[in-house]
Amino acid sequence: MAYRCTVRNFTYHFDDLKMLLAKATPLRSGDQLAGVAAQTAEERVAAQMALADLPLTMFLNEAVIPYETDEITRLILDTHDADAFAPIKSLTVGELRNYLLSDEVDTQTLTNLQPGLTPEMVAAVSKLMRNQDLITVSAKCEVITRFRDTIGLKGRFSTRLQPNHPTDDFRGVAASIVDGLFYGSGDAVIGINPATDHVRTVVRLVDMMDQIRQRFEIPTQTCVLSHITTTLQAIEQGAPVDLMFQSIGGTEAVNSSFGINTALLREGFDATRALKRGTVGQNVMYFETGQGSALSANAHHGVDQQTCEVRAYAVARLFEPLLVNTVVGFIGPEYLYNGKQIIRAGLEDHCCGKLLGLPMGVDICYTNHAEADQDDMDTLLTLLGTAGVNFIMGIPGADDVMLHYQSTSFHDALYLRDLCRLRPAPEFEAWLLRMELMNADGKLMPVKNTHRLLQAAGL
Amino acid sequence: MSHLPDQPDPWAFLQSHTSARIARGRTGHSLPTRALLDFQLDHARARDAVYSELERDTLLTQLQVIQQPVLQLHSRAADRQQYLQRPDLGRKLDEVSLSHLDLHLHLSGLEDLTGVGVDLGGKSVHGFDLSIVIVDGLSATAINRHAGTVVSRLAEEIRAFGWSLAPLCLVEQGRVAIGDEIAHALKAETVVVLIGERPGLTSPDSMGAYLTFRPQPGLTDESRNCISNIRPEGFPYEAAVQKLLYLLTEMKTRRLSGVLLKDEFDDNLLTP
Repeated sequence: MAYRCTVRNFTYHFDDLKMLLAKATPLRSGDQLAGVAAQTAEERVAAQMALADLPLTMFLNEAVIPYETDEITRLILDTHDADAFAPIKSLTVGELRNYLLSDEVDTQTLTNLQPGLTPEMVAAVSKLMRNQDLITVSAKCEVITRFRDTIGLKGRFSTRLQPNHPTDDFRGVAASIVDGLFYGSGDAVIGINPATDHVRTVVRLVDMMDQIRQRFEIPTQTCVLSHITTTLQAIEQGAPVDLMFQSIGGTEAVNSSFGINTALLREGFDATRALKRGTVGQNVMYFETGQGSALSANAHHGVDQQTCEVRAYAVARLFEPLLVNTVVGFIGPEYLYNGKQIIRAGLEDHCCGKLLGLPMGVDICYTNHAEADQDDMDTLLTLLGTAGVNFIMGIPGADDVMLHYQSTSFHDALYLRDLCRLRPAPEFEAWLLRMELMNADGKLMPVKNTHRLLQAAGL
Repeated sequence: MSHLPDQPDPWAFLQSHTSARIARGRTGHSLPTRALLDFQLDHARARDAVYSELERDTLLTQLQVIQQPVLQLHSRAADRQQYLQRPDLGRKLDEVSLSHLDLHLHLSGLEDLTGVGVDLGGKSVHGFDLSIVIVDGLSATAINRHAGTVVSRLAEEIRAFGWSLAPLCLVEQGRVAIGDEIAHALKAETVVVLIGERPGLTSPDSMGAYLTFRPQPGLTDESRNCISNIRPEGFPYEAAVQKLLYLLTEMKTRRLSGVLLKDEFDDNLLTP
């Protein structure tokens, strides 16, 4: 179906829903690279005006990628909950924005609404929002998940301790884990990106991290972020796998390029659940996403990168994940050119994920060829703190020496906790107190030379 | 308030196990000044590398020993800003460079070349065994520092093999794939693209080498083999040259490159 909007006697035409969504998207380099971005600032606002008038029911009638050729479109439409949708079924996209921001809509309302929203509805309404709207709506959401601790409670904020090493050297990895624990990091997960995706390496890393966790009775979970097929093999070999990790995208084609589909994810989910390793809950999946992945695999079907991203959340929510992490600035300046675009994208992903019921964390990051620096990361970090982000990355000195990009540091997480008066996950907080790493005021304590955690690096 | 360094973290001894920025201390929840400025310096170097430019005169002087013509080419990306946002333009030569290349082929009589290096199938005709393409990529600094030495040594060994070498090409605002277009036009059977890699925080000058058998436009990464982090502190020059020769020989023997070419070269043999 075609859409139009007239601005001062000039009528803009939009051939179909995906074109309308793309043209309405705030400027970013990836959509320009794909050739789907608005040509002028006026065209962008005209598209936003046309989008604002669109009834939400249109999203149930017109798919941006055909139902017949894409399993994610089928997933989205087949699992749509008409009862949950009922309260908003007569609204337009513009009215949905007003509704979400209104005082009458609270945390419970948004939780009830989740199964009635499709990714495209959520992407559409986010395109009409300013940064403060994205923050306001995010802050109303609460998504709580559990494995060995409880993540996502209001007033709490967690970190993934990311102890990457260029050659997966055990002592090197352990050194970064110890550093992170002393700085109170790791309540979302201790999760390492392996330098090589070999089963043997993965099994050894999983074993090694599990030993540290058990030895110091840390109420958290560990994860090696290998391909799902590798982790499945590790499980077969008896490795103590807490969480199943996988990168996912928003089209069937991009997931094919990752070597996955929903059936394989189901297999990974079932195999990990069967291990029953969680103590306070059984959310066992850890997903990573990021705008631009579909375009970089030439698998975007002309759909803008933000809409593709939100479609990935439909895949994620099938599996009740413990953690969903949008790796916002890793992909490079051809998708998100500068700090402004990275900041906007981080807030969008966080808000859209939360609206769909996902435990969103953000890898607040950039590469050295992006027009961004640590000041931009501080800005996004602070904004996400106010928006109620579930977790961020904790990396020694914000410098990942294996993946070669900059993210957030252990210090950055402490900054946000202090500034926004946020506390770690309750079980992990109790452990920090027990270990005399933190005091009751939430302040880090000086570490004695005899602290028993110092032995961890000797593993 | 003292401006002296903070007390070291008691786990500072773990630093010997990793290059990660561990045990940097803290003041309140923040990074101490010295650690902050160390980071800023590394980032500044990386940023400067992204915006660095090829030092063409110096490179041309260094390359003189090879006694090969050097073609100076430019991609369709007009400047760095466009280069960063439009990788597609960095993979293609601009009009001036294309005509420059055509003119060279015409003058050297390569246009209607026949009968040289005929493939087993008899379909493909190659004028040269190897084309070396030097590209600024994301760090011209890497090329300025390392390309002269590596190319000189590589050319020396290639000649000792009795292989023919195409004119050297020096490309500005280029991506890896631009080497395919160039080597295809030059009718070279293999190509080595030396390119500045995306600067890391502590490695602003890493040079990468990408090798392709029977290069042609439209090939993707799975058709290429790669040697990364070429620099004295990473993969040293001579080791890189030996590995390049190994991969080139394998390609010529097995008549393929990329994921199908299993890399059994033992890097450890070269680095004591």
